[in-house]
Amino acid sequence: MKRLIWLAMVAAAALAVLAAQDINMRIINGQRPTIALPDLRGAGDAQKFMAAFNETLQGDIQGSGYFKIAPKTSYPLNIPQQPSDFVTPPPPAPPQRGRRNQIVRPPSGGGRWMIDWSGPPVNANYLAFGYTALDNGVFLLRGWLFDLSKDSPSTAQVIGKNYLASPDEAGARQTAHEFAADILALFGGKSLFGTHIYYVHQATSRSPDEIWVMDPDGSGQRQITHFNSITIEPSVSPDGSKIAFVSFVRGNPGIFVFSVDPVRDLRFYNQKASVNGQPSFTPDGKQIVFQSSARGCCGIYIANLDGSGFRPITMSRFIDAEPKVNPKTGTEIAFSSGRSGPEQIYRMGMDGGDIERLTDGTGEASNPNWHPDGQHLAFAWTRGFAAGKFNIFFMDVASRNYIQLTHDEGKNENPSWAPDGVHLAFMSNRTGQEQIWVMLANGTQAHQLTKQGINKSPAWGM
Amino acid sequence: MLLKRRIEIVCLALSLAMFAAGCKKKAPPPPPPPPPAPVVTPAPPPPRAPTVAQFTAEPSSIQRGQSSTLRWEVSGNVTSVAIDNGIGTVQNTGNRRVFPSDSTTYTLTATGAGGTTTASATVNVSSPPPPPPPPPPPPVDHGTVTSRLSSDVQDAYFDYDKSDIRADAQQALTQDATALKSILTDFPSATIVVEGNCDERGSAEYNLGLGDRRATSAKDFLVQLGVPADRLRTISYGKERPVCTEQTEACWQKNRHVHFSAGQ
Repeated sequence: MKRLIWLAMVAAAALAVLAAQDINMRIINGQRPTIALPDLRGAGDAQKFMAAFNETLQGDIQGSGYFKIAPKTSYPLNIPQQPSDFVTPPPPAPPQRGRRNQIVRPPSGGGRWMIDWSGPPVNANYLAFGYTALDNGVFLLRGWLFDLSKDSPSTAQVIGKNYLASPDEAGARQTAHEFAADILALFGGKSLFGTHIYYVHQATSRSPDEIWVMDPDGSGQRQITHFNSITIEPSVSPDGSKIAFVSFVRGNPGIFVFSVDPVRDLRFYNQKASVNGQPSFTPDGKQIVFQSSARGCCGIYIANLDGSGFRPITMSRFIDAEPKVNPKTGTEIAFSSGRSGPEQIYRMGMDGGDIERLTDGTGEASNPNWHPDGQHLAFAWTRGFAAGKFNIFFMDVASRNYIQLTHDEGKNENPSWAPDGVHLAFMSNRTGQEQIWVMLANGTQAHQLTKQGINKSPAWGM
Repeated sequence: MLLKRRIEIVCLALSLAMFAAGCKKKAPPPPPPPPPAPVVTPAPPPPRAPTVAQFTAEPSSIQRGQSSTLRWEVSGNVTSVAIDNGIGTVQNTGNRRVFPSDSTTYTLTATGAGGTTTASATVNVSSPPPPPPPPPPPPVDHGTVTSRLSSDVQDAYFDYDKSDIRADAQQALTQDATALKSILTDFPSATIVVEGNCDERGSAEYNLGLGDRRATSAKDFLVQLGVPADRLRTISYGKERPVCTEQTEACWQKNRHVHFSAGQ
C-alpha cells in the first residue's frame, strides 16, 4: 500500500513537471541557446559608464533564463566591435606534399572569424557585440546580434540597431536593458525592464515596516510610505498605476490605496473592523478583494477602490485570507483558509460559491499567487517539512499537480509572478536574514535582489 | 582887542543867564504829609495747638500676621495724646507695635490748650498668597494604567494555530477579569487594548486573522466575567510583534499570546 502511494506521488510529480515545462517552454529542458556576450567598450568618455552597462546587459540576459552564457574566459582575444571587424577565413591551404593523413587544422582568426565564436572552446550559437560612444551629448549604443550558424557575416546579422539615451550611467543602463529586451524578444521572452517590485522594508527588526519599490534587477530601491508604523502586504494594480497595502498607522490594520506616480493617498474607506487586510486588485483594476473581520474574523470581501460597494464574499467561522482573483478569467478567487484545519489553498467563484480545496490538507499552505496565464498558482507550503518551514510550490490548478521550487533552504514565502510569467520573486531567509530573491519558474537561477536590512512580501507588477 | 571881546562875551552870557532866570514860573505848594499811623497795642499771642512732628507706621504694608511699628512725636502745648483703634492714651513720643488683621488707619489725636491736632497713619494688610492647592489626584494616564496592567494582569497563552481559551488561559483570564474591572473602575476614562499575537510559523497573512481571533476569544471570555465590553478593544499584530525570535517551541509559545495594553 505504501509503495502504491509512493508510486502515485511520483506519477503526480512527473505530471506536474510536464505542466511546468509547458509554461517554461525551452527553459526547463536544457535546450537553451548559448550566447557569447563579451564586454562592450565605449569610445572616449563613454567608457566610464561601461561597467554599469555590461553588468546590466549580462544581468538581463542571464536572469532571463532564455540563454546559457558562454564563459568569458573562453573568448578569443579580438572582440569584434562592428560587423566589418569580421573577416572571412582564407580557404584551407592545400595539403603539403609528403605529409599524408595530416589533419589540416585551420588557424584561428583570433576572434575575427565567426568560427572563432561558434567553434570550441566558446561553442556559442549567438554573439552579441557592439560599442558605445557619446555622440552630440547623447549616449549611443550600436548593438548587433549574430546567428553564428550562418555561413558568413553578411547573412548572420539578426539584430543591428542604434540605441540612444541620456549621457550618464542611467542612460547606459537603459540602452543595455533595451538591447537585452530586443535579444530576448527574438526568443519569445519578455523583458522585465520597466516592471517594478514593491516590497516591505525594515532597516532592522526593531524598525518600522514601510513599503518600498525597486527595479527587477534590485536597483533603484526607494521608499514609498513614511507611516512609521507597521505597513505591510503590498499589491499592484494590473496597469501598475496603483498599489494597495495595509498599515497599522491608525491603530487597527486598515487598507490604503495609493497612486504610484505621483505617490498619493487615494483614500480607501475602511469598514469598522478590527482587521481589514490583504488587499489585491481585480483584473480590471476597478475593485479590490480583501480580508475583513467586519462580520467576524475573517471573511473575504470586495469593494471599489474608494471602499464603497463593500460586500462579503465569504463569511466563514474560520479564517479566510489572501484572496487573489484569477487575472485571466476574473471569474474565480484563489485564497488561503483555515476552514478545514491548518491553513490550505482554496478556490471559489466570485460569489463565494463552489469552494474547493486545492492543496491536499498536509502541512500549511499560504500565499497563493496566480500565474499570468490564470491556470497555475505559486504558493508557499510546509508540505514535507516542519511547521513554519515554507517552500515555494507551483501547481497546475486543473490537475492539481505540483512541483516544489525551493528545497529547504531556509524559509521561503510570498511568491509573486513577474509579468513575463517566467520569473518569480519571493522572500527567503536562507542567508539568515529575510531578503527578496528572484528565480525562474522551474526553481533555477535563484539570486538575491536585496541585501540591506530586512525585506519581504514582494509584489511584482508593471 | 582880543581881551575886550572876551569881556563882551562874558557880559552877554551873564545877562542872558539873568534874563533866563527872571523868566521862571512860581512852583505850587507840596501836599500835606500823611497822618501818622495809629499806635496799636499788640494782643498777647493765643496758646498754640500741639504740633505732631511725626506719626508713621513702619512698614506701612504688611502681610496678615506680621507687625508694623507706629512712631509718633508730638510737641508743643500738649495735655494728652491718644491713638485710636484700642491703643488709647500714650506718651508724647513713643512707638508701639501693632498687629492689625486688616488694613487699618490709626488716628493720633493730640490735645492741648491751643486745640487739637490729628494725624493718621495707615497700615495696609495684605493676605499672604494662598498655599498651593492640594496635589490633584493622580491623572488617569497610560503610564499608571500601564503599570497596573503590568503588575496585575497576565498574558493568556494559546496552542498552535488555535484561538480556544485553554485551561491555563482560563485561569489567567479569570484573575485578569478581576484586575481589569478594578483598573477600569479606578480609571473611568481608560480603555484596554486586547492584543492578539502569533508565533512566526504560519504565514504573516493568516496570522493576522489568527491573532484577531485570539484577541476576540479573550475579550469574549472577559466580558462573560463582567468586564465591560465597551472598554475593551481588540487588535491583532499577527506575527509582526514577536516577544522573542528563537526558533524553539519555548519561544513560539511565548509569542502565541494575548497581551493587554492601555488604550489611547
